[in-house]
Amino acid sequence: MNKNIYRSRKISNTIGLTLSMGAMLLGMAALIWILFILFSKGFAALSLDFFLNSTPAPGSVGGGLSNAIVGSLMMVGLCTFISTPIGVLAGIFLAEYGDRSKIASITRFVNDIMLSAPSIVIGLFVYAIYVAQVKHFSGFAGTLALSLIAVPVVLKTTENMLRLVPSTLREAAYALGTPKWKVSFSIILRSAKSGVITGILLAIARVSGETAPLLFTALNNQFFSADMSKPMSNLPVVIYQFALSPYENWVNLAWGGALIITLTVLGLNVLARVFFREKS
Amino acid sequence: MENMMSETDVTKGIKLSPEMNKIIRKQRMQDSIFHKVTLTFASLVLVVLAGIIISLIITSWPTFAKYGPGFFFRNEWDVVNSDFGGLDSIYGTLVTAFIALLIAVPVSFGISVFLTEMCPSWLKRPLGTAVELLAAVPSIIYGMFGLFVFAPVFGEYVQPFLTSTLGQLPVIGVLFKGAPNGIGLLTAALILAFMIIPFITSVMRDVFEIVPPVLKEAAYGIGCTTWEVVTRVVLPYTRTGVVGGVMLGLGRALGETMAVTFVIGNAHRISPSLFSPGSSIASTLANEFGEAEPGLHYSSLFALGLTLFIITLFVLALAKWMLINMEKNQGSKS
Repeated sequence: MNKNIYRSRKISNTIGLTLSMGAMLLGMAALIWILFILFSKGFAALSLDFFLNSTPAPGSVGGGLSNAIVGSLMMVGLCTFISTPIGVLAGIFLAEYGDRSKIASITRFVNDIMLSAPSIVIGLFVYAIYVAQVKHFSGFAGTLALSLIAVPVVLKTTENMLRLVPSTLREAAYALGTPKWKVSFSIILRSAKSGVITGILLAIARVSGETAPLLFTALNNQFFSADMSKPMSNLPVVIYQFALSPYENWVNLAWGGALIITLTVLGLNVLARVFFREKS
Repeated sequence: MENMMSETDVTKGIKLSPEMNKIIRKQRMQDSIFHKVTLTFASLVLVVLAGIIISLIITSWPTFAKYGPGFFFRNEWDVVNSDFGGLDSIYGTLVTAFIALLIAVPVSFGISVFLTEMCPSWLKRPLGTAVELLAAVPSIIYGMFGLFVFAPVFGEYVQPFLTSTLGQLPVIGVLFKGAPNGIGLLTAALILAFMIIPFITSVMRDVFEIVPPVLKEAAYGIGCTTWEVVTRVVLPYTRTGVVGGVMLGLGRALGETMAVTFVIGNAHRISPSLFSPGSSIASTLANEFGEAEPGLHYSSLFALGLTLFIITLFVLALAKWMLINMEKNQGSKS
């Protein structure tokens, strides 16, 4: 028996596993570091003014992000309203008709690619087909860009969730002579409801933090405006512009905004998880 | 369609009342409308993809008409004299993404090994969730963290250290020389690595978990160490999936805008040092698009966007294809 082989195997095992543990610790340390900075700087910036005032002019003190918060809520809200039916119906197609058809497998492939496509290119696209045609930035353009990012998320989760519905349910309904659209809506979709809602929540979480596609579409607006056909203030772009500004109060506001966005996104993710786990 | 055919076959030869026939006809019509409507919405995805490519080609046409494919290889970006080439941005994009992968892949691998093989089961779920939540943090947060917190620390302590150690080596030394001001290609790459580690980890963990326990137990049974099980059984079995996950991370890293724009320095030049400021395609777009006048600058930015889209499309398609193949193989084995 050669003891050296055992020893070297044991040593490489120890080294490998120690490095793995180290990687985990490194990852956790990074997470805690980022969150710690975000919370300490973010909470310092929060105050009542933060939620009530509009973004300040250059050089003036105080100010808040009320216009940006409202703008973000409006755009993300409208985006949800648009992308939910599109994503869900397309998901139904892929899950219910998609087994044999060529177009479904292509759509599935393309959708998976669109899920990770660079969001800044989506912004360029919306600029080219919409903003450049009407010649001004607007909240609608921002909503369109966000919807293009949200639809693939909704579509993907809807399809996966519908596929989890046992096919005996489908067959039982067909045996009663139920037409396909009724089976899809009243039986399949209803029993996969919590999963589909999870997908919608994840889509909202995804678009709430998107900055790049809004830079060329909604742009920004220093003043309070609820008119979606005009340039519209929104949290991500305000954070971007304020964080790179030389004014100290702007940078603080940016940290406050960053905290709000992160809390929203993480909250939605946790909610989606809880929702899915409870109902399924 | 086939469904309808079989229905007709079944009802053939059976006498149905006119009302019944009417109902059946109505339902078939509704079903066919439903089919068409869902089909239309599903094809929207394809239309958008085609639309993106076509609109980018049209808007970037003036640039390609002037420079041809040479645009990709021209190291020139002069807004004042209206002379453009994409090489420095493409270089920045590829270099930052490549270094980010170089760091993120081993770390993600370590985390996945820890999560699947070493972690006590009560810790598995919270840690797994933490990784997935980290993947959801908006990229602008990473960018701000990079600019305000990471870059000063990096420039003050890490860069001088790298210069005095790795910077003294013969060939690669030149990469680690230069002013340690904290921002630059290397910082951008590190922030990107932070960002894509959760993505790659979650894919790796998922594919590690599909390895049949029997395989691992058999290996343990003949006396393999944990490390040997991971490298000789789990990794070969999940090879395609792992590569697919890495490519997915690469796709993210290439197209990432906010995390990079804050820390890359935004200078249009290619210098050998990784400490020097540079620019990536996404950061150039984010910085300059707002000020671009219609003309060559504008179309060159679109040309960069098109380049980025094609590169990521290619990487993501390859990743997707690998993951699909893996699922197929898995199906045939089990």
